[in-house]
Amino acid sequence: MDTRNFLFMFYGFLAAWVIVMIYIITLARRNSRLKRELDDVKRLLDVKETRAENRTTSLPHGRGSVQG
Amino acid sequence: MREKLVYILAIVGAVLLAWNLYGIFTVLPDEAAQGAIYRIIFIHVPAAITAFTGFFIALVLSAMYLKTGDLRYDSAAASVTEVSFVFACVNVATGSIWARIIWGIWWTWDPRLTSMFVCLLIYFGYLMLRKAIDEPTQRGRLSAALSIFGFVDVIIVWKSIQWWRTQHPSPVLSIRTGGGNIDPAMEHMIYRDLLAFLLIAAAIVLVRMRQEMIEREIDSLRRLAHA
Repeated sequence: MDTRNFLFMFYGFLAAWVIVMIYIITLARRNSRLKRELDDVKRLLDVKETRAENRTTSLPHGRGSVQG
Repeated sequence: MREKLVYILAIVGAVLLAWNLYGIFTVLPDEAAQGAIYRIIFIHVPAAITAFTGFFIALVLSAMYLKTGDLRYDSAAASVTEVSFVFACVNVATGSIWARIIWGIWWTWDPRLTSMFVCLLIYFGYLMLRKAIDEPTQRGRLSAALSIFGFVDVIIVWKSIQWWRTQHPSPVLSIRTGGGNIDPAMEHMIYRDLLAFLLIAAAIVLVRMRQEMIEREIDSLRRLAHA
């Protein structure tokens, strides 16, 4: 292989590789952030549902238990 | 099923790319005037065609979103645009390094380079616009409009080397010239690399679309939680 300008050819291939790898790393980080957020929102909804259930079951016992 | 498809596309694309790299460095003939640097063409050109194919698909998906109002088209258009933008950056970066050796400069305001720079700005603006607007339908409408009008610049980039004869070389691929401007073995390798790039881009788009789906799910659950 003709090795003239080999260094800059290497830079070119390296630049392409680095750009794609940086993007893939960004995607992977975004993936884990989204999974965390989804879990948080699901947990929040579960807490809300549990509270709502508690409220309906405690209603017949009087207002105090609802407010408390 | 989708995860399996991502793995299949990525593995086939990576194996094909590795096989191509072997061919690029050991099998293909040297170019008389440029030395080793000419081999950047096997990244530079396929990256550009991958990006333009993606921008075209995003244009179609954006038009379908405007017609149907289905947010899945909007998410798909955003995913394809983001991945295409990355390949457009690869095209510009490799072109700049190639230009440093062949033209003696990193950059010049030649029509092809300038229109490509505008293309990057337009699609960067598209991605920023999506981050700036929270309301999904408004975000979808505005970004679809930008994607459709932005594609005009892609056509200008594509045709610029025929319309204006300046610093950037004129087309070399036989699909545009009718042949004779490039060694057939080299042209064949460009198409093989293009196929590898398209497979890898498709795998990344599928991952990105899954993320958009999770984002939509988070949005709807948040609304439910705060209702």
